[in-house]
Amino acid sequence: MTKNRLRQLKERAVKGFFFTHGILSTLVLLGIFALLLYTAVPAFRDIRVGEFLTTKLWDPTSPLKPVYGILSQIMSTLLVTAGALVIAIPIGVGVAAYLSDVAHWRVREIVKPIVEILAGIPSVVVGFLGIVLVGPFLAKISGQSHGLNALNGSLLLAIMSLPTIISISEDSLSAVPQVYSEASLALAGSRWQTLVRVKIPAALSGIIAAVMLGMGRAIGETMTVLMATGNARSFPTSFFQSVRTMTSNIAIELGEVPYYTTHYYALFAVGLVLFIMTFIVNLIADVVLRKYQEREL
Amino acid sequence: MKKKTFVQFLGFFALRVCLYLVLAALLVILFDIGKKGAGTISWEFLSKPPRRGMTEGGIFPAIFGTFLVTIVTAVLAIPLGMFTAIYLNEYARQSRLTRLIRLSIRNLSGVPSIVYGLFGVILFVNILEFGTSILSAGLTLGLMTLPWTITASEEALKTIPNSYREGSLALGATKWQSIRTNVLPYALPGMLTGTVLGLARAAGETAPIMFTGAAFYLPMLPKSLSDQFMALPYHLYIMATQHHDILKVRPLAYGTALVLIVLVLGMNMAAVVIRFRLRRKRRM
Amino acid sequence: MDPRPKIETRNLDFFYGSKQALIKLNIACPEKRVTAIIGPSGCGKSTFIRTLNRMNDVVAGSRVQGKILIDGRDIHGSGMDVVDLRRRVGMVFQKPNPFPKSIYDNVAYGLRVNGVRSRDRLDETVERSLRAAALWDEVKDRLRENAFALSGGQQQRLCIARALAVEPEVMLFDEPCSAIDPIATAKIENLIQRMKNDYTVVIVTHNMQQAARVSDHTAFLMLGELIEFGETKTMFTAPSQKLTEDYITGRFG
Repeated sequence: MTKNRLRQLKERAVKGFFFTHGILSTLVLLGIFALLLYTAVPAFRDIRVGEFLTTKLWDPTSPLKPVYGILSQIMSTLLVTAGALVIAIPIGVGVAAYLSDVAHWRVREIVKPIVEILAGIPSVVVGFLGIVLVGPFLAKISGQSHGLNALNGSLLLAIMSLPTIISISEDSLSAVPQVYSEASLALAGSRWQTLVRVKIPAALSGIIAAVMLGMGRAIGETMTVLMATGNARSFPTSFFQSVRTMTSNIAIELGEVPYYTTHYYALFAVGLVLFIMTFIVNLIADVVLRKYQEREL
Repeated sequence: MKKKTFVQFLGFFALRVCLYLVLAALLVILFDIGKKGAGTISWEFLSKPPRRGMTEGGIFPAIFGTFLVTIVTAVLAIPLGMFTAIYLNEYARQSRLTRLIRLSIRNLSGVPSIVYGLFGVILFVNILEFGTSILSAGLTLGLMTLPWTITASEEALKTIPNSYREGSLALGATKWQSIRTNVLPYALPGMLTGTVLGLARAAGETAPIMFTGAAFYLPMLPKSLSDQFMALPYHLYIMATQHHDILKVRPLAYGTALVLIVLVLGMNMAAVVIRFRLRRKRRM
Repeated sequence: MDPRPKIETRNLDFFYGSKQALIKLNIACPEKRVTAIIGPSGCGKSTFIRTLNRMNDVVAGSRVQGKILIDGRDIHGSGMDVVDLRRRVGMVFQKPNPFPKSIYDNVAYGLRVNGVRSRDRLDETVERSLRAAALWDEVKDRLRENAFALSGGQQQRLCIARALAVEPEVMLFDEPCSAIDPIATAKIENLIQRMKNDYTVVIVTHNMQQAARVSDHTAFLMLGELIEFGETKTMFTAPSQKLTEDYITGRFG
């Protein structure tokens, strides 16, 4: 009887141990959002929210009147991200389709880890290549003095989001039930027709999720765009223009800003906008993906 | 019929071109850095500090700093992540609340690294007054890694069939005995692999440590966790963009990039090897 | 003339969330006899057998009402420890579920979690249990091999040996032969018949011939309700209920 009691106590202690860690993680991770919000809010004692979101000019150190508008930064982020996706979606889905439908399984087994290597390259290294490789190349073809512009960032972000897009699209293409393609092939459809008309539509939600995750990564990427896009504080009008994204702006100014000033709080407000944007994008991807996986089960 | 085959030929050819483009991008990256970086690598480069305003010398302090900060990251993220995953997968009731917690954790793994940097500045540097230090930077990276570790560990636990748990319980094992002897040993390879992959990513990150402890240049190695430190990724950023004579130090930047890539990809490979080894051991 | 009941349920109800899976079951399984539970799929027979060693505790949202008595003691009572209960009531599952360990370690598992460390005692129990499960001669030279290397039928007998090793009083079989071939099935049926000398056995099966071959008593369930309970011989020759007769003669199922 006492032996049982002891055993039950031990079991409860072990459960309590794991429970404590679970709660701790959850609190800390939710705390990130809370603390970010808490630090961003004081910015709006001096800045109107509407102005913050719709003003193009960001000039916090102006001696006359500091201006805090992040519209240019948001548009820059969206421009660079859109460019990256335009490049990465066709290539990424193409590679995924090749791996799932054309390539021999041995090729697939070799290529998949190679693509993973791409995902493992640190963003600061990719940014470095933007300076030493892509920049000079873009300067040559555009005739500008340097190639540090939105297009440079887009090219690099495309490379960085490719592994995500490829691996998740490939998973969802491979998960399309064999009977779908067999039915199509039995109706004398070619393998290409089967791929384009049957498999890709059937795997579409997975591909959309893959694109959303790639997009989330591109929006939040810091070092690459910081190093490759030139960081001019202007409103973006073309891909050959130097731009400053939300992430770059935080990275450039957080090192120099005095703590607990409006400028400091405003940078956290930029971070909050960034957090919310990526969270929404990832949430959509997650919901699409889970729904899709449940259907598979 | 002929037209159909032709279209298919063209289509598959286009897909193949996509693959070649991706492989070419990777090759160009690795080749460029490998070729230009290899010339810089020497024993001196790896073992000596920078000299003469970082225009000569090595990167030892940066390697050492990255090593230290990764250890702090691991100490925070590995136990907390694994234990949380065990709680969520083995103990928690599968209620709406746990589903919500899981969803938030998965989504936090996609939050930009610079946001974690901001959080580190408020919490560790300012509120907890750890200052800009190895501790602050390591904890910041640890929090960034935590969602990955939890998710990867939970995925690994999910692959263990329920019949192992039930079979063990039916023999009169307690819940913890069942988990310890019949679940964890088989889930551990997957948990470790996911965790090491997370650490590799953390070791290569720059944005979260820029404002929480990484320093431009330090004449001496850090003596305690409350000192600032030099780190490989930040050092590369400095050498590539902030140095007063960027073109002159370019070979040093290439060397740093090569060391960083080898380190991060080496950790990735180690993760895969761990999984492979432990899996084989289990099978016999 | 019947021996005393080892297991008794009194007005047993079981719910998954709001869905009721067992309705007011009163079943008594006599000691050292084989009791078969039969019925069409979804009738609650697996749920029933899993309540006897409280395996359903694990299922989220499940709820038990009524009483289950073993040797007259309520298994949900305050003095009853679920771990002790499961040591007394062994279970063999529908699909063979050997652990990814060696044959030896599989059989020794229950003893080890019970704190037995003595090499001699482990060796002795492993051999005795494997003999009792009629598996010893087939595996005695490869006890260190992984249990996954065994055939399906051997794996199921290994699971029986593993359950026997902790010396239970009751053995529960949840459709033990549904995943294995006829020859292996015959071996396991033989085992079950011999087992009743030492154990009280409850077996769930959807195979009526199997119930007729191995059991002394049979309970026929439908949609969570007990339709008929009695001696197997009587039930299969002269069922008292029309439904039972229809089921046994294969008119539905």
